[in-house]
Amino acid sequence: MTLISVSGCEQSRWNSPYELGLAKQPTLFSSFSSKPKHLDPVISYNANEWSIIGQVYEPPLQYHYLKRPYSLEPLTLQSMPEVTFLNEQGQPISKDSTDIAFSEYTLYLNPSIRYQPHPAFVKDITGHLTFANLSADKLSDITTMEDFKQTDTRLLMAEDYAYAIKRMAVQLNNSPILGTMKRLIVGLSDFSEQVSLSPVKPQALQKMKITGVQVVSGSELKIRIYGKYPQFLYWLSMNFFAPIPWEAEVFYNQPGLAEKNISLDTYPVGTGAYQLVENNPNKRMRLVANPNYDHGFYPESGLSEGADPVLLKDAGKQLPFIKEVVYSLEKESVPLWNKFLQGYYDASGVSSDSFDQAISISGGGHLNLTPEMKQKGIQFLNTVEPTIYYFGFNMADPVVGGYSKKQRKLRQALSIALNFEEYISIFMNGRGVAAQGPIPPGIFGHESGQKGINSIVYDWKNGHPKRKPIEVAKKLLAEAGYPNGRKSNGEPLVLHYDTAATGPDSKAQLNWYRKQFAKLGIQLVIRATDYNRFQDKMRGAKGQMFTWGWNADYPDPENFLFLLNGAQSVTQTRGAGINYANYDNPEFNRLFKKIKTMENSPERLALIQKMVRIVQKDAPWAWGFNPKSLALYHSWYHNVWPNPLANNTLKYKRIDAIERVTKQKAWNKPVIWPIVIVLLLLLISIYPLIKAYQARQKAVVVPHQKGGL
Amino acid sequence: MLAYIIRRLLFAVPILIGVNLITFALFFMVNTPDDMARVHLGAKQTSPEMITAWKQIHGYDKPLFYNEKASGLSKLNETLFVQESLKLFWFDFGQSDDGRQISSDIKERMWPSLAIALPTFIIGLITNIAIALLIVLFRGSVLDSATMVVAVAIMSISGLFYIIAGQVLFSKIWHWVPISGYTDGWDGMKFLILPILIGIFAGLGAGVRWYRSIFLEEINKDYIRTARAKGLSEIKVLFGHLLQNGLLPILTGVVVVIPTLFMGSLIMESFFGIPGLGSYTIDAIHAQDFGIVKSMVFLGSVLYIIGLILTDISYTFFDPRVRLN
Repeated sequence: MTLISVSGCEQSRWNSPYELGLAKQPTLFSSFSSKPKHLDPVISYNANEWSIIGQVYEPPLQYHYLKRPYSLEPLTLQSMPEVTFLNEQGQPISKDSTDIAFSEYTLYLNPSIRYQPHPAFVKDITGHLTFANLSADKLSDITTMEDFKQTDTRLLMAEDYAYAIKRMAVQLNNSPILGTMKRLIVGLSDFSEQVSLSPVKPQALQKMKITGVQVVSGSELKIRIYGKYPQFLYWLSMNFFAPIPWEAEVFYNQPGLAEKNISLDTYPVGTGAYQLVENNPNKRMRLVANPNYDHGFYPESGLSEGADPVLLKDAGKQLPFIKEVVYSLEKESVPLWNKFLQGYYDASGVSSDSFDQAISISGGGHLNLTPEMKQKGIQFLNTVEPTIYYFGFNMADPVVGGYSKKQRKLRQALSIALNFEEYISIFMNGRGVAAQGPIPPGIFGHESGQKGINSIVYDWKNGHPKRKPIEVAKKLLAEAGYPNGRKSNGEPLVLHYDTAATGPDSKAQLNWYRKQFAKLGIQLVIRATDYNRFQDKMRGAKGQMFTWGWNADYPDPENFLFLLNGAQSVTQTRGAGINYANYDNPEFNRLFKKIKTMENSPERLALIQKMVRIVQKDAPWAWGFNPKSLALYHSWYHNVWPNPLANNTLKYKRIDAIERVTKQKAWNKPVIWPIVIVLLLLLISIYPLIKAYQARQKAVVVPHQKGGL
Repeated sequence: MLAYIIRRLLFAVPILIGVNLITFALFFMVNTPDDMARVHLGAKQTSPEMITAWKQIHGYDKPLFYNEKASGLSKLNETLFVQESLKLFWFDFGQSDDGRQISSDIKERMWPSLAIALPTFIIGLITNIAIALLIVLFRGSVLDSATMVVAVAIMSISGLFYIIAGQVLFSKIWHWVPISGYTDGWDGMKFLILPILIGIFAGLGAGVRWYRSIFLEEINKDYIRTARAKGLSEIKVLFGHLLQNGLLPILTGVVVVIPTLFMGSLIMESFFGIPGLGSYTIDAIHAQDFGIVKSMVFLGSVLYIIGLILTDISYTFFDPRVRLN
């Protein structure tokens, strides 16, 4: 009865976790499993944080939603930045010149973009910011952002982008890209030292100038960087370069607000399609459409080959379609999956618990939806992520490292023996492809087909790469000086694998690694430790073999090849580099230096292919795999297209709320009969109890017939 | 009694200092401030300058227990332990390492925890006692044996099974209540019914067996025989005499738990999406957020000490022979 009364407002949807009104609106229901730590774009460098702030902030550029390969387009700019190459004296020179000392990017802003409504912009009649200096009395009335009843907006200005770069320079702001940008942006290093000595107020910071960042006018900004670095454009699409209005920092920096969890790190202020109106990481986060957003339109072209033409149905329409997004805290995958099946989440990933229920794998290894999912009208997309998980060898290690023929052959033998196709099948439900080299599919420089296979590890058979037989690995091992996995003195070869996988769940994976090495007669010793110690070992180049991964920052091969650049090795950088394999091949390093400054061209492609061949032969990694991401979504969720590099794709999605409510009702009709049966059972069981009690009350004490006193 | 309570509270101070000492030692034995900085800043692009700046902002640039560079008393004062511990004694928990106010998080998250834990505790206690008394009433019968078998079966199955089975049966198949979620106020009732019922059911086995054994110890005592000899009904004997005398051992185990109900339940809250305190500490340990870990360990210790004091006080109410001095 209680159940009926508390849920009874909508009899056909007792189990709905939301108000019906919300479901009838174009609202997207999504979830988060761990709280976002930072929403300040200058600090944030995490996918779950970018999924929120990517909707709020607008850096100058963005990735085209549909186009493949990934390509950039203006977001708040009128056109792509103009690049001028300058010599040491600052005079313009040709892009092919060898005297390029600087590159200057000129950004022309769309002059009519306005910020979301926010109290930071409210001014009194004298022109002063109304909420910049709240008294203790007024602060006591404030508990959430909603308590600020007055809001205002202003136009996006070029100086807001400059201000964001200045904030990046303040060391106490802990921007993860400050080190990289100090080496790139002219004058940023000196500026950083200047503003990091003592705290600088926002008003003062706004007036200070970085040599290489010039605000020409309200809508024109010039950024000068050292040398030639075409990848700088990719950085301009990241949230680190999102505009920050100085008024917002004045507003949030006043004493008292941080104690109420109101700060730029919790409530972003942007020009994007959405604004964050509720940020309760313990429970719920809520985005609503920014009423001032009028400069985003659905793409009219760029559909990649094989994509569904229905993706262009909304071509040219004003964005965003979804008016509100509700992210609920959902820590466990089981309830999340069940709510998705009930229609209460619009989209879902596929966890290993629910994989068999959702996906069937055909004989050819293709992923398909199960009939149960198809019956519900659920659709799915899978895409290979621009990510690599690799098995690395420490090249500084005397056994598995080194560049001699024998040492190379040992690594090549191990690369063949480590059957990552099997790993993907057992541990990832087929969600991945074995990598052929350091560059994942979808990134310039990756070659598919026969040309792209790693000929050290694979043969091309029947139109597919086929891992070489284990006999080839055994032969290589013997040539390396370890016939049947034995050293010259007859002792078994013992290798060490360092890992942070210590839980019971990892046992099967670690046993799998042992088995792969045992195929060659090699004994594998697992050195499992916690993640902190594991990182320490890697930074100190103390590991022998390890697994690690890398997720693309931007879709350029340089972002993967630098992981093998000698200058990035941890031995050369005292642990600060990212090349944990300590691979250092002079020819590879030379080519890397060259491709780093080149724009994509057939010449660049040829050099990249050469580099890939070098590392395939040297085998500092046993290439591992590129994971596939799987996304399931309901039939009422439209314009879904995977774009792992773009973070602001929510604005393109559309919800058919009427279809959703109809299906939710059909799928969630309460089953009443068990309630009746439970009540009847209770009534039936009470009767014999009463009778038994009455019988006990009437029972008489019977004296013992025999024995006793 | 007041003197007793004050004395117990004073005894609590060295205990809490000890708990803090152990927390500090254990936490920093596993995580160095550099490790913590790396976790918070992310593995990508973390430079030594950033780590230094992070430690400086969060106060982890100070030595843990002894500051060699300082002079006099500052050698002890200017340390992480003293700076962070002292504040805890007036319940100033400060900020978590990601900048949120810990006290406001605790205040916010304890209510959802209580919303599940309190009804589960009260209804569960009443149900366990009622069933135990019922079995004692029919002791030696088929009902007694059958209930014990069921109780052992309930105890033997993992709580996680009840949660998942309950979600599947009541939410997925019968569509009675939402699978997970939480809303404040009365609207939140529909989210609480299932976890509360599961919590009560999962605790039935152990509870019933325990209370049954307590009551069976009492049932053959002289005062019960006397009550029966006076001609009292079994109901009056059970509730009027047996229950009152059996309460003392029950109080020992129950009252101490009451203050800690605030701390919530990790698994229950995780699976039902309840934004309580259950996962707060575990999440903080995973995130290497020392601010939260030390605050929650301290709070847990304080609540446990309060529970023990309340237990002692409760004895005086139910057993006139007990005097606190």
